[in-house]
Amino acid sequence: MNPKTHFRLLVLYVLVGALLMVLVGRMWSLQVMEGTHYKEIAAQNRTRDIVVPAIRGMILDDQGRPLVRNRSALVVSVDRTSLTRQKDRGAAVLRRLASVLGTRAEEIGKRIQLCGPGIKRPCWPGSPYQPIPIDDHVDPKRALQIMERQEDFPGVTAQVQAVRDYPRPEGAGAAQTLGYLQPITQEELDKRKGLKVTGYSGVDLIGRAGLEAMYDADLRGVPGFRKVLVDSQGRVTGTAEERAPTVGGNLVTSIDAGVQGAAEKALKDTIAKARKEGHKADAGAAVVMDVHTGRMVAMASYPTYDPGIWTGGISQEEYDGLLGKKKGEPLTSRVTQGQFAPGSTFKISSVSAAVKDGYSLTGIYPCPGSYDVGSRAFTNFEGQGHGDMNLHEALVVSCDTIFYKFAYEEWLRDGATKPKKNPSDPMVGMARHYGFGSRTGIDLPSETPGRIPDRGWKRSYWNATKKADCKGAKEGYPSVARTDPARAAYLKAIATENCTEGFVWRAGDAANFSVGQGDVLVTPLQLVRAYAALANGGKLLTPRLGTAVTRPDGALLRRIGAPPAAKLPVSQEVLRYIRGGLADVTKKGTAAGAFNGFDFKRVDVGGKTGTAEVFGKDDTSWFASFGPVDKPRYAVVAMISQGGTGASSGAPAVRAIWEAMYGAKDVKPLLKDGRLPTDLPKPPGEGAAP
Amino acid sequence: MSTTKAGTVGGYRDRSVWQSRVAGLRRLDWTLFLMVVVLSVIGALLVRSATFQLMTDQGKDPEGFLKRHVLNLVIGFGLGGLVTVLDYRLLRAYVPILYGLACVGLVAVITPLGSTINGSHSWIVIGGGFQVQPSEFAKVGLVVLLAMILGEPRDGEIGPGRRDVLLALALAGVPAALIMLQPDLGTTLVFTAVVLGMLAISGARKRWLVGLLSGGAAVGFSVWFFGLLKPYQLARFTAFMDPSADPRGAGYNAQQARIAIGSGGAFGKGLFNGEQTGGHFVPEQQTDFIFTVAGEELGFVGAAVIVALLGVVLWRGLRIATQAADLFGTLVATGVVCWLAFQTFENVGMTLGIMPITGLPLPFVSYGGSATFANMIAFGLLQAVHVRRRPFD
Repeated sequence: MNPKTHFRLLVLYVLVGALLMVLVGRMWSLQVMEGTHYKEIAAQNRTRDIVVPAIRGMILDDQGRPLVRNRSALVVSVDRTSLTRQKDRGAAVLRRLASVLGTRAEEIGKRIQLCGPGIKRPCWPGSPYQPIPIDDHVDPKRALQIMERQEDFPGVTAQVQAVRDYPRPEGAGAAQTLGYLQPITQEELDKRKGLKVTGYSGVDLIGRAGLEAMYDADLRGVPGFRKVLVDSQGRVTGTAEERAPTVGGNLVTSIDAGVQGAAEKALKDTIAKARKEGHKADAGAAVVMDVHTGRMVAMASYPTYDPGIWTGGISQEEYDGLLGKKKGEPLTSRVTQGQFAPGSTFKISSVSAAVKDGYSLTGIYPCPGSYDVGSRAFTNFEGQGHGDMNLHEALVVSCDTIFYKFAYEEWLRDGATKPKKNPSDPMVGMARHYGFGSRTGIDLPSETPGRIPDRGWKRSYWNATKKADCKGAKEGYPSVARTDPARAAYLKAIATENCTEGFVWRAGDAANFSVGQGDVLVTPLQLVRAYAALANGGKLLTPRLGTAVTRPDGALLRRIGAPPAAKLPVSQEVLRYIRGGLADVTKKGTAAGAFNGFDFKRVDVGGKTGTAEVFGKDDTSWFASFGPVDKPRYAVVAMISQGGTGASSGAPAVRAIWEAMYGAKDVKPLLKDGRLPTDLPKPPGEGAAP
Repeated sequence: MSTTKAGTVGGYRDRSVWQSRVAGLRRLDWTLFLMVVVLSVIGALLVRSATFQLMTDQGKDPEGFLKRHVLNLVIGFGLGGLVTVLDYRLLRAYVPILYGLACVGLVAVITPLGSTINGSHSWIVIGGGFQVQPSEFAKVGLVVLLAMILGEPRDGEIGPGRRDVLLALALAGVPAALIMLQPDLGTTLVFTAVVLGMLAISGARKRWLVGLLSGGAAVGFSVWFFGLLKPYQLARFTAFMDPSADPRGAGYNAQQARIAIGSGGAFGKGLFNGEQTGGHFVPEQQTDFIFTVAGEELGFVGAAVIVALLGVVLWRGLRIATQAADLFGTLVATGVVCWLAFQTFENVGMTLGIMPITGLPLPFVSYGGSATFANMIAFGLLQAVHVRRRPFD
């Protein structure tokens, strides 16, 4: 062998040895150094987590009647991985399924494609390993076809699942209070700690409004999961780990289905009547509160809807109907989200303020038909004069001019248009003490705070609007002037005034404020709480719907409390005096007509009418009440937007609710000895679990 | 008398042949033999592990692959034995035929007779479930052909002349081009390694080697630059650069292979206990990716043993090259070593993510008839050279 060949063979030895060493070195790094890392990846590669949703707890009324429960529904689901394994990728199965379900194969095809960039809804946002629900309104006959002919429907299952059901005990719908469920979004899922899942099931829903949202954590339970082994094709080859779901807790509320049903009926009837009388009556609320505990007994809002439409996927049409103005926005709770001027019902606060400011509780004040506030005459309702009277009488006949006088004099003492450094504004302060202008803190999401238009609000409002006003002041309103020069001049004058001194707390503002007019806005919930405070001796409570969370067997999981009550800075004497005045309203005052024939022996109800003028609209009709007068238990408020006077709409609605609670000539009382149960109810026997 | 004489003569001759056979048997490289047998047994077990679950799932005979593989091995050993017994020097006479057959086979693959399996158009389906991959046999043909041209006895010259080198390149270029047309990048690379290695050992001038290397680099660059690669080949190369880029696409194989091997850890999950293997996460696991089964089930230790066994095979091959009786024998052994060494490095390297993915089986371990036969013939060639080596004394 020549030396060249020999040498080159040696080189080849070294080269081959080096290459093999490279391989072994790489194996060392991959298997020994990073082995643990790859073991983890391999485990993820090999297993899939499937969520087993927990059965959601029920929402019960104070006697254990389910307001929301679960019903068993036959749900047809499609297993994607099984379909994609089929020769035609499941096209034939989908065609057969579509014909059984009475839909089109393309529709089902759309619903089972995985969501991703460029994929239009409806698509499946969940895990591809989770059976995708196609239809949960399947009638049993069709479901049976699928179950019995499994060979024709590989990858399709028809299963019994729990879906939300609204039994409406005693006619109690309470749709806005109960809220609804919607599929959980990816963002919400990301925020949820604890159970780490790769996807979520179509039945994994989250409370989106009302009590369902507020107590979601209590109701939802703990979903179980199943860790399944899969092969490279996604075929399930076995179960590695399993944890059974824990059923969610039942939410016991203070809602009494009977009273709730009565309130809803009273509201509906009153609105129907008001419409017959020519009012628009586009919305309303009726609310009942326990004045000692702050527990909500009934919360009715009109217009309302059937929350059952949320179950099993709402159509776009239905959804638009819920949100749109056309159907009156039935999703909005008029009790907690409706903001309206309270009118004369607000006077309980104004009387308290005036007395606190030094006006004699027992003094005699003139009640002329009109009172000059600065340069402008403010009149009583329908301009009627009542002569001299005390405050009791002022509440009974709902005299406005007395309150204008108080407000104007207080305004003057505060320095009129050039206010003192720290104006006392007694009426504004008292309104805030009564809880107006801020959220009550009820256990419902999206509560609105109402509005107390004080000096600060005026200034910020002016800042926001002065640009337009100053433009109007400078240029006038030429387009209006062409047709109506007088109106244009008036508009220009107003604009000029608003532009230069729109931030000033004017006498008219103070006067309007004193009778709950102008820019004052309250929610029916705020008003019922204020009347509860008046009735219970000055405790401003935080309203509560939830009383407790219980296990399905009835055992207590937790009690739901409320923050301590605030105290009204009003003496018992004044509160008693006001209650006395309101007690006569129903007998010889503004609501005497509405309460004509009311059995005051059963329950002595006191209350106050409110008729709030709304610019460009019909009056807001209010009636706020409490009872029994000597030993108050409940406060009841009704509001009908564009419903006319408080006496014509609000008062009859409230009367109907009281009569339902305490009974009347032909009405069996809902309350036993004038009380609602205080013990936790026994668990209902049905509907707990399918 | 004549019958007696003839009988005597015949008897003598018979004994002589028999004796030489026994002597030849004694002269076999038994270490090499043992290595190949052990690798074949390990290979058979890994093939069973890779296919058992898959076949069960498909409702077929779970050990169908194993049975066929064992049959392939038996035939392969037979072929190897035949080659060993043949005087390899006589092969020279058959080289043109061998070469011609290989080229005809490769041409046939390109015609409609060929079939595409796993993106590679390198098969001829014979029927009855049998198929032949001519490119595997072309490797054998190439080795013997080059050995003949470059190992021609020369006077005075240390290495092959320009004419010989050019002839060798031209003759190697034809099957290489045919294979590139399939396209089968892996086998083309094996060809390149074999040509380079055999040229070097034959004593060709350095400038030939440098020229070829730089020429290869230039071709490689222009292929990449002018986009001559098939999209799937480009994808495989991109995936090689970053396997996580597209785990379900081209990078999927590389990713899954690394996961399977890495998760084996130091000692593996035990033979037949591979979870990744059982779930057939790695495609082509009984053939090109069989090393992932070893990596997962036998761990670093087992996989290193397989590499070591192959290392011993290559070492014995180089030893045989060194001890060969003539340059032809040296070159045959060198060619086989270059072939097996490159194929081992490429196959194991791609499963470890240090080489791009090409369709090359792991010698003596992977399932596959043509490859097993070709490897066994190569093994037989080594033994043949060894049997007729220079005496030590």
